[in-house]
Amino acid sequence: MQETGFTPAHIVRLYDRFEALDKEKTGLLRPQDFGAINGLAMNPIGDRIIGAFFSPGQETVDFHSFVRILAHFRPEDKKRPKDPSMPEPVNSRTSKIKFAFQLYDQDKDGKISRAELLQVLRSMLEMQVTEEQLESIADRTIQEADLDKDDAISFEEFRKSLEKVNIDHKMSIRFLR
Amino acid sequence: MSVRVALHSPSGSRSFLERGLLLLVILILLEGTVLTLGAASSPDIGAQDNTGGHDHRDDHRGIEGSRGNTNYTYTKKAFPVLSLDYHHIQVPFEISLWVLLASLMKLGFHLIPRLSSIVPESCLLIVVGLLVGGLIKLVGEEVPPVLDSKLFFLCLLPPIILDAGYFLPIRPFMENIGTILMFAVVGTLWNAFFVGGLLYAVCQIEGTYLSQVELLPCLLFGSIISAVDPVAVLAVFEEIHINELLHILVFGESLLNDAVTVVLYHLFEEYSGAGEVTPMDVVLGVICFLIVSLGGIAVGAIYGILAAFTSRFTSHTRVIEPLFVFVYSYMAYLSAEMFHLSGIMALIACGAVMRPYVEANISHKSHTTVKYFLKMWSSVSETLIFIFLGVATVAGPHSWNWTFVSVTVILCLVSRVIGVVGLTFIINKFRIVKLTTKDQFIVAYGGLRGAIAFSLGYLLDKDLFPTKTMFLTAIITEIFFTVFVQGMTIKPLVDLLAVKKKQEAKRSINEEIHTQFLDHLLTGIEDICGHYGHHHWKDKLNRFNKKYIKKCLIAGERYKEPQLIAFYHKMEFKQAIELVESGGGVKLPSAMPSQVSMQNIQPKKLPPAVAERALPQFTKGREEEIRKILRSNLQKTRQRLRSYNRHTLMADPFEDGWNDFLLKKQRMIELEKKMTEMSNYLTVPAAPPDSPTMCRARLASDPNAFYNIKASSDGVPTIQVDLASPQSPDSVNMLNEFSKRGATDQDLGQREGADRDEDQGLMMKPSSAGKEEKGEEEGGNKNPGLMRCLSDPGPSNEDEEDEPFLP
Repeated sequence: MQETGFTPAHIVRLYDRFEALDKEKTGLLRPQDFGAINGLAMNPIGDRIIGAFFSPGQETVDFHSFVRILAHFRPEDKKRPKDPSMPEPVNSRTSKIKFAFQLYDQDKDGKISRAELLQVLRSMLEMQVTEEQLESIADRTIQEADLDKDDAISFEEFRKSLEKVNIDHKMSIRFLR
Repeated sequence: MSVRVALHSPSGSRSFLERGLLLLVILILLEGTVLTLGAASSPDIGAQDNTGGHDHRDDHRGIEGSRGNTNYTYTKKAFPVLSLDYHHIQVPFEISLWVLLASLMKLGFHLIPRLSSIVPESCLLIVVGLLVGGLIKLVGEEVPPVLDSKLFFLCLLPPIILDAGYFLPIRPFMENIGTILMFAVVGTLWNAFFVGGLLYAVCQIEGTYLSQVELLPCLLFGSIISAVDPVAVLAVFEEIHINELLHILVFGESLLNDAVTVVLYHLFEEYSGAGEVTPMDVVLGVICFLIVSLGGIAVGAIYGILAAFTSRFTSHTRVIEPLFVFVYSYMAYLSAEMFHLSGIMALIACGAVMRPYVEANISHKSHTTVKYFLKMWSSVSETLIFIFLGVATVAGPHSWNWTFVSVTVILCLVSRVIGVVGLTFIINKFRIVKLTTKDQFIVAYGGLRGAIAFSLGYLLDKDLFPTKTMFLTAIITEIFFTVFVQGMTIKPLVDLLAVKKKQEAKRSINEEIHTQFLDHLLTGIEDICGHYGHHHWKDKLNRFNKKYIKKCLIAGERYKEPQLIAFYHKMEFKQAIELVESGGGVKLPSAMPSQVSMQNIQPKKLPPAVAERALPQFTKGREEEIRKILRSNLQKTRQRLRSYNRHTLMADPFEDGWNDFLLKKQRMIELEKKMTEMSNYLTVPAAPPDSPTMCRARLASDPNAFYNIKASSDGVPTIQVDLASPQSPDSVNMLNEFSKRGATDQDLGQREGADRDEDQGLMMKPSSAGKEEKGEEEGGNKNPGLMRCLSDPGPSNEDEEDEPFLP
């Protein structure tokens, strides 16, 4: 799979994992299969992550898409020649940020609205915070990041607010080298 | 005394000459008194006491008269109206003089900006030490052995290490722990054996007259000299502001190699007498290493937990809170040293473990105290160490051997470079973010040696090691070389190589949220992959922490406070302080400075009795009183904040950001326009009954009436002000306006009179979506926040503040 950049050894490893998750051996994964993973159940944004694997409207995930999503988390290849004609590889910094952005932006309108942000905050902070505090934080977040004053965070603004964060480091799994 | 007069001279802009004269006066005073400093601090220089003390004792014997005489021959002399008893206060006086000298030097360097930008402070201080030592020698007195190992290890080193450990940035440290450990353990071992072995080989060469140096002493020497020194690294790296990663790599290495050094040192010292080391000893050495390092960390962690636990109960005695931090840490260090475990690692572990819990428990003032005391002590310690290094150099005794010394210096450099390059090659296979050549260069070049090496060398037994003086000379030369040459050139090299510098900007709340989000995301992906990586374990640790540990160690209900909220509070607080600093009268930059920031999250509600008591109704007179107190306090805050301007302090959140404050001001104006439907959690004065808003506010302050108001609300929030948020009267004024719907364009600055600031708890009336319990929660909520901020009256006249508000 050239587009993902995984080595054959990786693909094998991922396939094993895919099969382990696929309890019914149908060759496809369903949301329940993901739900069976322990850690994900406790993860505040677990359902969003699961949702990211499924293309809109689809009920199942095949191995191909599974790997493609996971390819986002491969560490960046520093030595890749910057070829403008080639499409952006799936694990570049921009693609990673885009993936994260899509997790925020559930309705896929290209912006993170205040409501969406609130949802994320609510799920991350669980029961420990009052609604007002959540709203304050959400307001402040938008106010900080929103440059064109449309009360929502676009992809560019999102990217800008993350410019100091080392995305490659934060969004890579060593396993998927 | 002339010195005192000179000291009071205006410190404004001393010319170099003035300072030089002052220095000379001090030094002359010192030479007479510094002699017995060594005697005081080191028991084995008893002989000196006699020579030094003699003159003084003779002097005051004559003056004192009958005090020394025995009772039975009481001859009446004239009552001594004025007598000189130097001996009485000698030791503390000398110590104070040294500390004063160190501090004056530090002060002086910054008056000559050009000098301090070229030459790092540590070099200048060593030069001063050399001068002082030289002066003393010149006068003919014997230079005291000031860098006595006991003094160094027990008094001078701990503050620096505690400062480093307490403020250690845990996250980057843990992320790079593998790399750091590799450098610290493997790197130091490599250095020690390489230098020691090759030195031995060189010594065996004919013609160097060094053949009496055996293998084990060489290896011992190698192990002493190979350790990167935290004091020197801190001193130099602090001034060059390189990026966090490199800083933490070199610095972490310098801290963690202590365990290796301790083990190697003891191992070789023990067996130098025997003359050989068996494989059994090597195995024992490895076991010893594990025990030393893990034991040190364990001791530190235990004391850290004890300190955290103690701080849970200090809510009524806030004044001594900082003391617990210091004493527990010092005891951790001493306990570790008692068992010959690694004291440095114990201290680091103690500071790092106790910090999150202690900071959650102690008041803001105590936090500031801890921070400034640590910085002060570590600063003085560092200065003293370098000065003493200079003095000790002059003291000698030296035995210079060209071959040995030059080979040492060269070998150290070479071994460091090879070690770093080799290790990086291996490490890069495991790192996500690889270390570039530039990084490697800085890591290699930043391996400075310092006073620890000297003290360890000084500790050697002269009988077992006849070449001790040669070793000492070589060590000093190496230290000088690294500190002067490498220290001075590293800054221009960093600029030349365009190494990434430290990012000065503060973290925004966006970054914080997104970082947490990404953490969760990665944990989830790791779970999906079935890979128990980094994030998985970190997540587990956090859960464990939240569930069990925080409950025990954090006072009150604050343990439930999620990190994000704590961060948010801090930001709000910062902004509020910035506002005060700017002189008030400016619109608040953010729409929601808040009540939120001063509140504790408290899902449980407090007993209504407490809530009620906490919200007394004001009388007019009280209000006036409160207003006055607040105003004076805010002014004080402003002045105090302005005076803190030491560049060596960590970026103080209250100091910087003038520019973005102005930017925020602008944004504020724009934001005003958006302030229509949003529920406002603004801090507002609970003011006299004139303004309708205030009416509502006062009514709201009565929890009984709370629900009634809530029922009839139509979106206009009632707001109270939290005392703890330091807001100037004027600004608070402005906030008031936001509470009014559509009151966007009013000129807020002019509303002085009616709406005054009074701070009582801030009670937010929940907006339309509020629930019943939440309402009550708010009533209760305010309380702990208030309590925590106010319960620390501090040592001065802030007590008055507390009375009206606390039950």
